[in-house]
Amino acid sequence: MDLHLNNISHTYDKTEVLSGIDFKIESGQIVCIIGPSGCGKSTLLRFIGGLERPKSGEVLQIGSPPPESLNPLTYIFQDFALLPWRSVRGNISLVLEDHGIRGKEAKAIIDDVLDRTKLSDFGDALPRQLSGGMKQRVAIARALSVRPACLLMDEPLSALDSQTRELLMDDLIELWVREKYTACYVTHNLNEAVRLGHKVVVLSRRPGTIREIVDINIPLEERHNQSAALQEKQDYLWGLMREEAAAADQELSQ
Amino acid sequence: MSRDNTKITSPVPFRGGGFSPRPMRIVAPILFVIVITIWESGSRLGWISPIVLPAPSEAYTAFMDLVNSGQLVLHLEASLTRLIIGWSAGTLLGVCFGVAAGLFTMARGGIVPFVAAIFPIPKIALLPLFIIWFGIGEESKVATILFGTFFPTVIAVYGGIDNVDRGLIRMGQSFNLSWWSIVWKIILPGALPAILSGFRISASIAIILLVAAEMIGAEYGVGAYVLLAGNLMAMDQLVAGVAMLSVLGLTVSWIIGRAEKHFLKWRI
Repeated sequence: MDLHLNNISHTYDKTEVLSGIDFKIESGQIVCIIGPSGCGKSTLLRFIGGLERPKSGEVLQIGSPPPESLNPLTYIFQDFALLPWRSVRGNISLVLEDHGIRGKEAKAIIDDVLDRTKLSDFGDALPRQLSGGMKQRVAIARALSVRPACLLMDEPLSALDSQTRELLMDDLIELWVREKYTACYVTHNLNEAVRLGHKVVVLSRRPGTIREIVDINIPLEERHNQSAALQEKQDYLWGLMREEAAAADQELSQ
Repeated sequence: MSRDNTKITSPVPFRGGGFSPRPMRIVAPILFVIVITIWESGSRLGWISPIVLPAPSEAYTAFMDLVNSGQLVLHLEASLTRLIIGWSAGTLLGVCFGVAAGLFTMARGGIVPFVAAIFPIPKIALLPLFIIWFGIGEESKVATILFGTFFPTVIAVYGGIDNVDRGLIRMGQSFNLSWWSIVWKIILPGALPAILSGFRISASIAIILLVAAEMIGAEYGVGAYVLLAGNLMAMDQLVAGVAMLSVLGLTVSWIIGRAEKHFLKWRI
């Protein structure tokens, strides 16, 4: 299943936040969206998953999601969004219960996703007992349990310290190499974008328009020993963003 | 750099600490015993007139008379029945209306101003009205408690629902959870801390109203006992009755504390 963002524009009250956004997310690809703060990148992600409606334009699904996918468009949130009163297993079972998956079948799925996110020993822990990085891994496990066709990640590493971010980044890359998931990844961190993205969509400051779409044609698994080429891409992206970010920083908020 | 031996060396003064009171179980019983001892010895030494305040031992004798005469069971039975029926019905209705106000725009528009208008009216002032509507019997007493507990419960419940993290609700929607699942598994557990502290307040209000209601046309009940004692100037009985009310309040607070410990284990 591919996704096509068809000429999306949006306004809040009278402020234009997004204008004429049009790009595709192809199956098996990670598309990163970067842009200065307040350019509407998180809003755009909410449109993609159907949590909000744009004023004009639409998000199209091209082809149908694989039949085994329980929740084709699945989010991973910056603040993890785990229920504090449920254990790790309970949090994952929450999203399965509504699909009528309980008991043995649920246990098998939960065991599997906990194993894939290296959380097998922490199934009965409560969220408050876990570190930030572990909480985000639980959120990733929860997302994987519904077999998404496209993962929508809203700054998933931004609430974490830099060491944890580094580790989780490696996990995301490893997971992609194994499972070739499709994802749309919103971030303000250029380094994350060049390490994870097959395609980087650079948005301008408000009203957000597409400044440029940069392809990065180095295979994900080889990027760790291509640091010079990555640095070049990152510098190029920073060149695109620098003035926008500086101008966005100077804007008064209303 | 040469070292100046004449300079005074002293540790950095400590300025942190404090501002973090901890619970200490031993303090309350000791304080209680000290107060009772001073009171009792004051009465025995004649510093406190028995007409103004009877000695604790006299109040205890009055209480034992009540136990031995078999009246205590009748009083407590009457009071507890009214309290439990009135509080349960008021709380149940309050939770229903509070949830409605927390979830639906139309319900909120109707319920919130209504609650704001009626909550501040002392329900004791409405008691004569309830007597006209429901008669002098049990119904008017239960109705007073019901009304008194209903309004604070509504406020606690919809306030609690307002404070549930919208991010969690958004998460539920993003995983396609049904409306019922979101309410039952995300909103209600999230509002539970506020709902339980609402119960604490409504239970205290229920006890206050219980006594007030029992002071009008009740044969049995702790409130009736206290009123009678007051009319007869039997201060020892009055103190015994008031002490029973205090114990009742403590028991209710203890039960809610246990419920909080059980249901809110996930918090700390």
